[in-house]
Amino acid sequence: MPTLIEMIDGSARSVDDGFVFVADDQDLPEGDLILTLSRFQTEGEVLLSQGRRVGVKLLADQEVEALAYDLPRLSVVALDFPKFGDGRSYSNARLLRERYGFKGQVRAVGDVLREQAGFLLRVGFDAFEPADGSSANEWQAAALRYRHVFQRAADARAPVYLEREA
Amino acid sequence: MYQYDTLDKAMVADRAAEFRGQVARRLSGELTEDQFKPLRLMNGLYLQLHAYMLRVAIPYGSLNPTQMRKLAWIGRTYDKGYGHFTTRTNLQFHWIKLRDTPDILDHLAEVDMHAIQTSGNCIRNVTADPYAGATAEEVDDPRVWAEVLRQWSTFHPEFSFLPRKFKFAITASPKDRTAARVHDIGLVMRRGRDGALGFEVIVGGGMGRTPYVGPTIREFLPVDQLLSYVEAILRVYNRHGRRDNKYKARIKILVAALGTEEFTRQVDAEWAKIGAEINLPDAEVARIRAAFAIVDFETLPSRSETFEAAKAASPALARFARNNLKPHKRPGYAIVEISLKGIGETPGDATSDQMEVVADLGERYGHRDIRVTHEQNLVLPHVKLDDVPAVWAALRDAGIATPNINLVSDIIACPGLDYCALANARAISIAQLIADKFRDPDRAENVGELKIKISGCINACGHHHVGHIGILGVDKKGEEFYQLTLGGSGAEDASLGAMLGPALPYDRVAGAVDTLVEVYLRERQPGERFLDTFRRAGVAPFKEAVYADAH
Repeated sequence: MPTLIEMIDGSARSVDDGFVFVADDQDLPEGDLILTLSRFQTEGEVLLSQGRRVGVKLLADQEVEALAYDLPRLSVVALDFPKFGDGRSYSNARLLRERYGFKGQVRAVGDVLREQAGFLLRVGFDAFEPADGSSANEWQAAALRYRHVFQRAADARAPVYLEREA
Repeated sequence: MYQYDTLDKAMVADRAAEFRGQVARRLSGELTEDQFKPLRLMNGLYLQLHAYMLRVAIPYGSLNPTQMRKLAWIGRTYDKGYGHFTTRTNLQFHWIKLRDTPDILDHLAEVDMHAIQTSGNCIRNVTADPYAGATAEEVDDPRVWAEVLRQWSTFHPEFSFLPRKFKFAITASPKDRTAARVHDIGLVMRRGRDGALGFEVIVGGGMGRTPYVGPTIREFLPVDQLLSYVEAILRVYNRHGRRDNKYKARIKILVAALGTEEFTRQVDAEWAKIGAEINLPDAEVARIRAAFAIVDFETLPSRSETFEAAKAASPALARFARNNLKPHKRPGYAIVEISLKGIGETPGDATSDQMEVVADLGERYGHRDIRVTHEQNLVLPHVKLDDVPAVWAALRDAGIATPNINLVSDIIACPGLDYCALANARAISIAQLIADKFRDPDRAENVGELKIKISGCINACGHHHVGHIGILGVDKKGEEFYQLTLGGSGAEDASLGAMLGPALPYDRVAGAVDTLVEVYLRERQPGERFLDTFRRAGVAPFKEAVYADAH
């Protein structure tokens, strides 16, 4: 199982993953689950009523709009990077935070490398499953490498033009 | 000119430090070439046929003498004493060693330069009218908005992994010197009926395998809403652009597949949901604008007796003035174009010595302002007419006073098979052979404006689709052949060239261009450029002449 790194208030740490991802053809284990979108749509209601915490994994070509009305009930949205260079999940993450006000965990899964850390953090990801073996310390250093940012995004960082006014 | 402040400098320094770490990991073997490739490609470092190539960003083609001297020094220290100015108004060093690149980035950072976003599937260097701030034609200074876009697009967290690279061009003049209509986004500034400034927004133009002149999706976008609107365009593209085939991944393919109307509807729907807080505050726009408004022009008569006398005494200067000087908005000043298309030279190349000469001239006579054009020439935008003779003499001594701006030998050519791993055929030597045919400057001037553009492969880095005469290198069973197109234009009258006929072998191309020009000279009516004659007369007379001996 890949390491899960959570990053809260600029501080990254390795954590135990309380969720199990279940593919469409797997039996349901006990506990808190991350489901595919289609499985969530058929079985999510029952699982939530059992008092479990539930998350959904969206593939890069699945759009966050499909979850719009379910988000308040979800604990995690995992967004997939089928490869390093596929940037669709950045838009999904940003919309989750900015447009839908999602307060749960937004997790980066798939081909997730530390070179993306800063970008991921800025569009609203707060949990990461690095595919490059990064430690929490390495991840934090990469995510905060740039001291300034040029534009608004889904994080609270003030762009340079606001720093200049101050 | 815009000056980097401590915040801009910190961004560049942080990037250089990050790349130093990545190169160290590569050199130690911690990273394989496969893993390193996407990282170096985020820093303008390509592996070409013979060596690494480093592409240095020159935002909107604007640089000061200190920066130009640094480029010259890097060329001399780490390359073979020259650099290559590109159609993206960047500078490439073609003979770089990987282990030197961290030091080179540090040297660049000393003068506020970098290689950020000169490669990769991100928003590339924004290009702007090279005459910005100098021409009387413009309704505003497009560099202000190019700088706004530079800042917004730098390390954009959502748009750094697009389906494909993404290029903006911006002009504020009716005469388009940026090829705005063949860019991913072209912005043409104009004033609305009430006098307010806005942009015509053109999306989905491009060259490559599937060329398009981009459609206008918004006739008038108020300037203060620029960032929210382009963010909407980029988001629609990032989410819906094709990622399964790199040759169908540019935004032009999405626009064409959806149709202009549906694409526009999607952008407008997204735009309606984006908050206005994305737009840049007026105070920041004002700060940027102030940085471009500082040229302390003198009040001069519009006629310079010194200049007139020098021209009368020197036909060569007079010829240079006819072709390379453009009108300036201030009386007594001129825009001076410096051709990097010397006969027999490589288009866009400048030696370190030449760069230093241009830097000195910019320092002494040019208000410390130097521009790079997308046609791979340099510009001193603010030169007093009184000083033109001295500027010309210095350029002549450096071998860069070729009086051929917009003429037949002012050719765009990609690096082609001499450097590039993608090329099918040589482009540079074709340009040299053509230029040699028109070595006689009287004949070249008689022919007038004629834009020849040469690409060594279908990726069209040499912009052949929009050449008045376009030349595309193709491989036929291991031999170099060239497909000619006529009637393209990248300017305000943008159009794509039409095929002339079967591809020609290497040694027939320059002769065919000569024939095309002879047909034009025979057919032209008063005031017609080559392009106008072609548009009026059609392909038939040209085709007949070039292929006559095949019948």
